[in-house]
Amino acid sequence: MDKSSYENLTRGLIRENPTFVMMLGMCPTLGVTTSALNGLGMGIATLFVLLLSNSAIAMVKNLIPNKVRIPCFIVIAATFVTVVDLLMAAYFPNLHTTLGIFIPLIVVNCLILGRAEAFASKNTVFQSALDALGMGIGFTFALTLLGLVREVLGSGSAFGYSFVEEGAETMLMFIMPPGAFFALAGLIVLVNQLRGANK
Amino acid sequence: MDKPIKSTAFNMVLVLVSVAVFSALVLGSVYQLTLEPIKQAKSNRELEAIREVVYGDFSNNPYEERYEISTARGKGKVDLYPARDENGKITSVAIKTYSKNGFGGKIEMMLGLLVDGTINKYKIIEQKETPGLGTKITESKFSDQFHGMNPGKQVFKVKQDGGEIDAITAATISSRAVVDAIQRGYDALNKLSTGN
Repeated sequence: MDKSSYENLTRGLIRENPTFVMMLGMCPTLGVTTSALNGLGMGIATLFVLLLSNSAIAMVKNLIPNKVRIPCFIVIAATFVTVVDLLMAAYFPNLHTTLGIFIPLIVVNCLILGRAEAFASKNTVFQSALDALGMGIGFTFALTLLGLVREVLGSGSAFGYSFVEEGAETMLMFIMPPGAFFALAGLIVLVNQLRGANK
Repeated sequence: MDKPIKSTAFNMVLVLVSVAVFSALVLGSVYQLTLEPIKQAKSNRELEAIREVVYGDFSNNPYEERYEISTARGKGKVDLYPARDENGKITSVAIKTYSKNGFGGKIEMMLGLLVDGTINKYKIIEQKETPGLGTKITESKFSDQFHGMNPGKQVFKVKQDGGEIDAITAATISSRAVVDAIQRGYDALNKLSTGN
């Protein structure tokens, strides 16, 4: 793998992490990360759609006139999201019951449109797929981490396994919407410190 | 690198229309393709929930025999699934009931009732309550107390409203919504057995 491919793949992991650095897709991020598993689920669903939409958009980019590119990208992304939703409901009903509520949210995740506009519309299919993979993994990582922090502080469990006794007092605020902002802010401070130290 | 085609009015209309038509075709065919499997999966899921809440086992397919009842005030509808033993006698029923008074909106549950209206079990199918507080309505610690109660024979309300049900601490609204949903299911069963 040459240097720029490697660059495109790893960019999204930490250096330009969609959540912690670019602040893209904040709405699903804050909304669904009440537990680590929820974050993981949302991240993987987004990764999948991002991969499909980035590749498809890179494929047809020269067929789309500049002035109407945004509506075209949105229609393409929304089509993929719906297809994924239907296929999942039909063939993986258990997974769909867990992830089902997140999937329609992916359409409005500006990470999808952001990568389509900033990357896939200017690069080859292969590079766009690498970019989507990197960004998707970075997004999944960020959401899982945020979910884990909120779950540990808020309900005293990690990935569904409780480590406090039943009825123990936990910081419930972290599960509720205000806690999402606090946890995210704390993580961003941490990640920025780490990035600064690496420079 | 190649340049995208020019943004003339003709090109723009052509591309937008073809993107829309193509997407519609894809969606239409995927929808047709998945229609049957989705229906099948849904029926399996309902059956599973029914099996969990009814009393004992059943030898019919309650999902196939579902019966729609309009609720007491006539606005909503609940589904009733009869569970029969080998002789075809109804042993208990599962009712898919709901409450709109949850803290986070609608709560949907599968409620298992004996024929006289005594509660067996319930299983929450859908809820958007506060995690860690209202979500305790799904836990057995709260739901077990309903086993053996009969909304027709006792004051079926939470203690704060003068009844006998222990509400979840800091989630009285969610607890009330569960009571409301059960009451709605019970009323539907009552309406059916007295109306017929």
